[in-house]
Amino acid sequence: MHIMEGFLPVEHAFGWTIASTPFVAYGIYAVKKRIRDNPEQRMLLGVAAAFTFVLSALKLPSVTGSCSHPTGTGLGAILFGPAAMAPIGMVVLLFQALLLAHGGLTTLGANTFSMAIVGPFAAAALFGLARRLKLSFAVSVFIAASMADLLTYVTTSAQLAWAFPDPEGGFVASFAKFAGIFAITQIPLAISEGLLTVVIFNALKRFNARELQDMNLLSRTEVRV
Amino acid sequence: MKRHQNLILLGVVLLLALIPLWLVQRPAAGADGKQVEIFAGADNKAKDMIGQIDPGYTPWFEPLMQPASAEIASLLFALQAALGAGFIGYYLGVSVTRERMSRQAQKQSETPDEINNLVD
Repeated sequence: MHIMEGFLPVEHAFGWTIASTPFVAYGIYAVKKRIRDNPEQRMLLGVAAAFTFVLSALKLPSVTGSCSHPTGTGLGAILFGPAAMAPIGMVVLLFQALLLAHGGLTTLGANTFSMAIVGPFAAAALFGLARRLKLSFAVSVFIAASMADLLTYVTTSAQLAWAFPDPEGGFVASFAKFAGIFAITQIPLAISEGLLTVVIFNALKRFNARELQDMNLLSRTEVRV
Repeated sequence: MKRHQNLILLGVVLLLALIPLWLVQRPAAGADGKQVEIFAGADNKAKDMIGQIDPGYTPWFEPLMQPASAEIASLLFALQAALGAGFIGYYLGVSVTRERMSRQAQKQSETPDEINNLVD
């Protein structure tokens, strides 16, 4: 989902940067407030950031014959709310843009929007919906994390299609082309990400049940199952 | 199932990564005799697609720093993964120990007589 440095026209690059800025700013405020009110959650916030760090470094092969990577934003979005992941995801993308020439500064806004904003908000919304539908905790986590991953790549495809519409078919034809590269490749990876997020949550549930309960993620009856 | 759930899930993740390696065949070399690259990054493919859709487009900004080689790039990616995994491992280790200690403390406070008997 990394749009390469310089590969978005100037107005798109600035537009996405402006669109992402309020989310990142509010996210920083939300994270600070959270840590001030619940200092004991600082380590868990670190885990959410570390999970994104690991997963976005893992380039996995996919059935389409190309490689891509998961995003890891679902975990943090479920634990701390979607806004918190905006600054965290941006830091990861910044690290990759500056040190790895992977993504870029001019495309940081667009990449932040897809990975650190659309993904986490989708995760939080789907997790809430799945829980309201009385789906089990693990199934809800899986749906939220895998869809956050997939929708991140759908967003990237849309961003590129908007910037580079097909000369004949326009946005739709172009979107189909980019989605063919990103979204189809991503389907098995999204499943992997969903499963890995469930594994992490299983561990947290077993050893950090009280924290999850304090965060209103688990009901009392779901602890120790 | 419940007890081995994590192992099963990790196994499925491993399979999802391995199956493509076995499934995807390298296409025959093109007319110029060059091997077709498989398992290239999707990001790069998207870059090529931009070139196809809009051949006139030239990127207007270059990365400030390029990893000196593919080896250096993989070093940095490995470092990124190691830092993240290290932190998660540390946190889980702390959590496991804390949970065990709190359970022991609970057990002791529940059965003070037995312990006193042992001391006697």
